[in-house]
Amino acid sequence: MRIDLRRRTNVPWWAEALAPLLAFTVTLAIGSVMFAASGKPPAAALTAYFIEPLSEIWSIHELAIKAAPLIIIAVGLSVAYRSNTWNIGAEGQFVAGAITGAAIPVLFPGATGVWVLPAMLALGLLGGAAWGAIPGLLKTRFGANEILVSLMLVYVAQLLLDWLVRGPWRNPEGYNFPETRFFDDSARLPELIAMGDYGGRANFGIVIALVLAAATAILLTRTKKGFEIKVTGASPRAARFAGFDQKATTMFAFLFSGALAGLAGIVEVAGAIGQLTPVISPGYGFTAIIVAFLGRLHPIGIVIAGLVLALTYLGGEAAQISLGLSEKIAQVFQGVLLFAVLASDTLVRYRVTVTARGRGVPA
Amino acid sequence: MTPPLLEIRNLTKTFGSLKANDSISLTLGEGEIVALLGENGAGKSTLVKMLFGALQPDSGDILWRDKETVISEPAVARRLGISMVHQHFSLFEAFTVEENIALGLPDMPRAGLAEKARTLSAEYGLPLDPGALVADLSVGERQRIEIVRCLLQNPTLVIMDEPTSVLTPQEVERLFGTLRKLKAEGRTVVYISHKLEEVRALCERAVILRHGKVVETCIPAERTAAELASAMVGGAIANVGRTKRTPTPVLAVRGLDQPAATTFGTSLSDINLDVRPGEVVGIAGIAGNGQSELFAMLSGEELAAKADAVTLLGEPVGRIGIDGRRRRGAAFVPEERLGHGAVPPFDLSDNALVSRHRMSDGTAAPLGFLRHGAARRLAARVIKAMDVRAQGTHSTAGSLSGGNLQKFVVGRELDAKPKLLIVDQPTWGVDAGAAANIRQHLIDLAESGAGVLVISQDLDELFEIADRIAVIAAGRLSPAAPADTLTREAIGLLMAGPAPSSPPSASPPSTSPTHAAGPPSPPPASPAAEHSHAH
Repeated sequence: MRIDLRRRTNVPWWAEALAPLLAFTVTLAIGSVMFAASGKPPAAALTAYFIEPLSEIWSIHELAIKAAPLIIIAVGLSVAYRSNTWNIGAEGQFVAGAITGAAIPVLFPGATGVWVLPAMLALGLLGGAAWGAIPGLLKTRFGANEILVSLMLVYVAQLLLDWLVRGPWRNPEGYNFPETRFFDDSARLPELIAMGDYGGRANFGIVIALVLAAATAILLTRTKKGFEIKVTGASPRAARFAGFDQKATTMFAFLFSGALAGLAGIVEVAGAIGQLTPVISPGYGFTAIIVAFLGRLHPIGIVIAGLVLALTYLGGEAAQISLGLSEKIAQVFQGVLLFAVLASDTLVRYRVTVTARGRGVPA
Repeated sequence: MTPPLLEIRNLTKTFGSLKANDSISLTLGEGEIVALLGENGAGKSTLVKMLFGALQPDSGDILWRDKETVISEPAVARRLGISMVHQHFSLFEAFTVEENIALGLPDMPRAGLAEKARTLSAEYGLPLDPGALVADLSVGERQRIEIVRCLLQNPTLVIMDEPTSVLTPQEVERLFGTLRKLKAEGRTVVYISHKLEEVRALCERAVILRHGKVVETCIPAERTAAELASAMVGGAIANVGRTKRTPTPVLAVRGLDQPAATTFGTSLSDINLDVRPGEVVGIAGIAGNGQSELFAMLSGEELAAKADAVTLLGEPVGRIGIDGRRRRGAAFVPEERLGHGAVPPFDLSDNALVSRHRMSDGTAAPLGFLRHGAARRLAARVIKAMDVRAQGTHSTAGSLSGGNLQKFVVGRELDAKPKLLIVDQPTWGVDAGAAANIRQHLIDLAESGAGVLVISQDLDELFEIADRIAVIAAGRLSPAAPADTLTREAIGLLMAGPAPSSPPSASPPSTSPTHAAGPPSPPPASPAAEHSHAH
């Protein structure tokens, strides 16, 4: 017996659009089984996981805080993945951007003024881009596998951060805790709606995310660069025929996705956290990969997918508090969701045929 | 001495006023490999068809083992032990190897057939899995099915019609091994081929037909390929020379060398070529002899080492990429439609942009923006001009039939009104109607004053549209000669390999010593060269 995947010649748009919903439904079903297996009533657990975090103002603010880095990173990754460049190291570029961006408030704690925050954001972009440039250069110059290199650099960045906050950048007034000093107010991302009925912790990160998503949508659909990226991803030979430089496209993809991941890093540090600590991300850079695919590598889809995945983080915390489940359940959910997305994408784009081999051979 | 296996005496066959076979006499001994040579129309097929019982001679006798025999139908030939492997396979793709063999041998019991086929194929060095689907097999493997089907009938005389035209050099070697084994077993092989070097290597005797007559019987190893070819066409093969043409070429290639990029690639060596305004120049050759490499160098997908190796409208462009060459008035159509000339999942509107994304195409705006409306109009224009059957500009390239997509790709380039158009295999896998449409457009473009370079494996196509034809073999290009001075055989001979710098003509001194020993094998790339095209 042989199982073949045959590409469907025409995939209707609604099938492409429904695939993520199907994936999400499948994930919910698997989640129910998982809850039932651990002795929790599935209905109540799913409510606690997916509904309750949306019922309060403060938790909606939390959702925005968690969604912002996911969306920013995933928008960058969507550009990379569309050009067939496999940047798996956004987590490392996130950390690198956080470090370079934080250099100003950490090294010049006295610096104040309106220039501080924009400079930090710019440094975050540069830091992430520089970290992304490493696998990009190794790929284009020496043909190194970008998946491995970018992934390995995640750990390098994390250890670098760890060393900085325990060593040279440690807060001199911080009782030896492995943390930098708190950033000055002028180095913090302002809160969106601090006061009033709708007040909460959410900062301008979500606005930055939405603006970037819109800008990237324009880049991909309206510009020649976007066309280059799409052609390179869909058909490298056609890209060469079109006169597009594949190496330049690969490099652009790494710089762009790295820069956005770095920006997400400094947004997180200057926004929600306010200082550098040994761990600044619950795996945003990896979760953003799921966000990018769940969002069909489309910036608008990514905004929705980013909110959904942010919800799994919140739901994980909620499930821990109200049901006593391990917070690791969030990661399980994310993993199941990724598999479901990939599976439904495959089934939408390919027809599965099962062929029996060796028919007709006399016994 | 044993009596000959088959003797033919004064066999004559007339079609209307044409004497296809004019009193042909020949004998075939047991355990012989005999080549049957001749131009198309020399009478080879007619002769073979009479041996196979598909045609009846008007007069003359066929003696099988010294007994006069009438081969009234193919079944009679099969019973005698005459079996034929045709040039064009008759196989059902959706069926397995074993089913296909059974279909060709209705008299043979089905039980145990697969086993027999398997043993036989292993014995003759032609590995074949009886359970495999034909659709999954390479051309070489498909030919093995035909051969095994033929061998299952335990033939004493095997006729092979152009068996190597579809094979890679490695597969050819393997086939030769099989044929030599057949010979060693005392079976006789009649081998029809245009590849004279192969004939020289394999056959111990060659019978040369011309205008329906046997003009010569010789030992091919003692002749040069050029001598065999002249015997076939009767006199020296058209001298390849330059015609006097005045206008400056739109494309000039001078001493272009390029080492193979991959193991399976072909090195190009010392390519020289001119394409002048208003003419169609054809490049003939068997797949995998450097056509793709040459196309890449001419289009600028690959850059030459020296700028002046490629000159476009008088300007050296060897170091300028495809975009820059387009800007200077060139346009290109690659061999592969899907994935090279067009992006399968993109719609036609986006595919119009693949080669037409410059300001001068009207599809680009300042600041790196694209004008999608203009792209859509461009696509619509191409669809209309080329009569592309598509639902509209929103159809994806992958949803179009091969012919329609090719019309679109060619039309997209014609729409740019190029001064030079280079087309690789313009009608490969395209239906007859679309092919005629495309060829007409190529001719029209040349008549409008542009230069057109057509790389094609289809000789008929080249004779139909090309003013001059050059031949590429093992990465070398022969000088382009006026098409009306060339014969198919002259081209076939060049395709087969000998050094193109010394076109086989009536000047033996230039080609003598090496030819006797074998072809002056040009760069070692040739065996690997065809590999990538094996499928």
